[in-house]
Amino acid sequence: MTMKASGMEKTDLKNASVDPTLTEVAPSPHLVEGGRTTRRMMIDVLVALAPLVGAAIYFFRWSAVRQMAICLAACLTVEALCALMRRRRPPLADGSAAVTAIILALSLPATAPWYAGVIGSMVAIGIGKALFGGLGMNLFNPAMVGRAFVMISFAGALGAAGYQDAGSAIDIMTQATPLTAFQQSGVVTGLADLLIGRTNGSLGETSALACLAGGLFLCLRRSAAWRIPASMLAIAALFAILQTGFTAQGWTPAHHLCGGALLFGAFFIATDPVSSPLTPQGQMIYGAGIGALVMIIRIFSGYPEGVMFAVLLMNGLTPLINRWTIPPPFGEQ
Amino acid sequence: MGWFDRYRRGTFDRGIHPPANKHFSTGSDIEIVPCPERVVLPLQQNVGGPCTPVVKPRQKVTWGELIGRGEAFVSSALHAPVTGTVERSVMTTLANGRHMPAIAIRTDDPGLQRQDLWDAVFGGPWPKDCIGIYEPQQIHEAILDAGIVGLGGAAFPTHVKINPNPQKPIHTLVVNGCECEPYLTSDEQLMRQAPDAIIAGAFLASYAVGAQRVIIGVEDNKPEAAESLRQSVGRTGIEVRLLRTKYPQGSEKHLIKAVVGREVPLGGLPADVGVAIGNVGTMAAVARAVVRSRPLTHRVICVTGAGVAQPKNLLVPIGISIGELIDYCGGLTADAARIVAGGPMMGFAVADRTTPVTKGTSGITILTHEDTATAAAGPCVRCGRCVEVCPMGLVPTKLAQAARTGDLRLARRYNILACFECGACAYSCPARIPLVQWIRAGKAQVARSQGR
Repeated sequence: MTMKASGMEKTDLKNASVDPTLTEVAPSPHLVEGGRTTRRMMIDVLVALAPLVGAAIYFFRWSAVRQMAICLAACLTVEALCALMRRRRPPLADGSAAVTAIILALSLPATAPWYAGVIGSMVAIGIGKALFGGLGMNLFNPAMVGRAFVMISFAGALGAAGYQDAGSAIDIMTQATPLTAFQQSGVVTGLADLLIGRTNGSLGETSALACLAGGLFLCLRRSAAWRIPASMLAIAALFAILQTGFTAQGWTPAHHLCGGALLFGAFFIATDPVSSPLTPQGQMIYGAGIGALVMIIRIFSGYPEGVMFAVLLMNGLTPLINRWTIPPPFGEQ
Repeated sequence: MGWFDRYRRGTFDRGIHPPANKHFSTGSDIEIVPCPERVVLPLQQNVGGPCTPVVKPRQKVTWGELIGRGEAFVSSALHAPVTGTVERSVMTTLANGRHMPAIAIRTDDPGLQRQDLWDAVFGGPWPKDCIGIYEPQQIHEAILDAGIVGLGGAAFPTHVKINPNPQKPIHTLVVNGCECEPYLTSDEQLMRQAPDAIIAGAFLASYAVGAQRVIIGVEDNKPEAAESLRQSVGRTGIEVRLLRTKYPQGSEKHLIKAVVGREVPLGGLPADVGVAIGNVGTMAAVARAVVRSRPLTHRVICVTGAGVAQPKNLLVPIGISIGELIDYCGGLTADAARIVAGGPMMGFAVADRTTPVTKGTSGITILTHEDTATAAAGPCVRCGRCVEVCPMGLVPTKLAQAARTGDLRLARRYNILACFECGACAYSCPARIPLVQWIRAGKAQVARSQGR
């Protein structure tokens, strides 16, 4: 944007005195907010994911490490290849591919075969993002596009039943996920286990406390729009209360909030800025829509959990929401 | 008590908190710059029409003599800021890049110097409660004859604003002492050193428009300025109100929102909500015109920033060159990068140091390479930060997108013409997208398509 003033020497002004050694010209504003860059936002997400990564490694051991390593390697490779195909410099330093990789890995079960991570990453970055034109252009959350593809393609290995591995050396992996256990056999997992994460599930979703800690960090850093998790959790809680009432026994609203991928989804998946609405009002509608869809899928469908489908559906509505919620300008409110 | 008081202070919605960086020149006494050898006065220094010269080359003029007459209703007169000889007509470039004819005057007699000049312009006693001495029409004419324009930067002719209109009665005169642009300190120093002139002018202006209330809005990062004004209020009943510091509070509409609590309708004027508004420097100029019959020939300006050796607040004649002011302040430092006429958020980068100071130049900010360093623009990730900060409640990234793709319908649907280019969006954009520049281009496209 800057132009060295030396180019001005050709001016027809007789009295112009331009010092070629000094002064650039550029349009206003001449200052930018320090320390706030796209890269910084992505790094914030990675930092916020740290407690989830820690919990995943603690509970799922090597299978978590392996899954994240596979996804990271695959996502970064595909991102680089796609950039090279477009004859651009691979934008790996912006951190967005790494964020997609970690979120995808954390949304897969510990039992997932290696090719699920590889194919999921290829679809996430290649189809979910690069095909649309790269960072900022995609309509759908790339990690969820990749996950949806492998979930449907390898339903046997990754479906609700696939989470369970009776022969696993890790104890929690031999159990059903809390939502499946409740839906199919009415078994209620203890709230303490849900909070800490001592349950089976996708790698990153099990510990409610880790999700909350990372999510609050993200919102306080303003690297995620707080309105999305706030409205999503509020609506989910409302649906949960409508379903179960104010009960303290059995499957309570707190179980709905802390179980499954609701918190992970609210803070890390739904808040992907690219695929969520721009305006504050739009973000509220979007979050509320995801919250409602998640609960409808949980309560009325055959799937135990619905965060992925809810996010993808609302991603599709994002352009419309943006259009519906053009804010009235100052002086027309 | 402290934070709660601060929170209760008025302000507007959204906006940003850039580092104020006023420390370079805050509190330093206004110095009187020696009379330059030559001044260059562009024929249009204001919003509206240009003025018509009434002097010929080689004609002798004295300080304060009329040299250009405003013909249109929205235009302003021009006066000689020095005693000297008119040169043959010249062209000059304004800070905003506009090329325009100007009257150049070579100084023959330096005239009043130092303290004498200060006393003539701002010093000495000012009558603060003079109902009955001057009639509203008389005040209006004095403002018109003195060629006063808004000195906060917009340079809108003041006689158009301070003009009683029976259709739109004015209940409140708001005086703008916000100086919300980072770095700038000229208004602050004027409030500290010449409160009497400001109060006298505000009282006269309020009387001229028939306002019952006068409120001077000062941001709470300038407590000394507010205190100085309060000491000077006397029996005028003028209220000095502290506002929560936020950019762009000095914008007319946002200051009215902060002080009166009402929003000027989109496309409307302050008079639509019963308010007249003017900058503190403008009020001092009004007092000078009415009480001392002196036209607007001098103004206070700050030369500030890390790129200048000795940042200062200065009293200068209109028409002095930016280069002379920089030299007076010890020249540029080694790492100076950009000379900005005005503040860093809305000012214009100038390449030519002969660019003259005009009536609307509130400061010269000289930024260093460190200040202006920025990354290359990346893709928009639709984080919505620009929406959160836009004081006009717009969606800047959509406006930029519409401008880039030439989609004028989209631009209009998102109210592109409401943007006043404050720069809050581009300041906050993590992708470093030059939003304001795109929007400016889009506004020009929309304006052109409407003109057709």
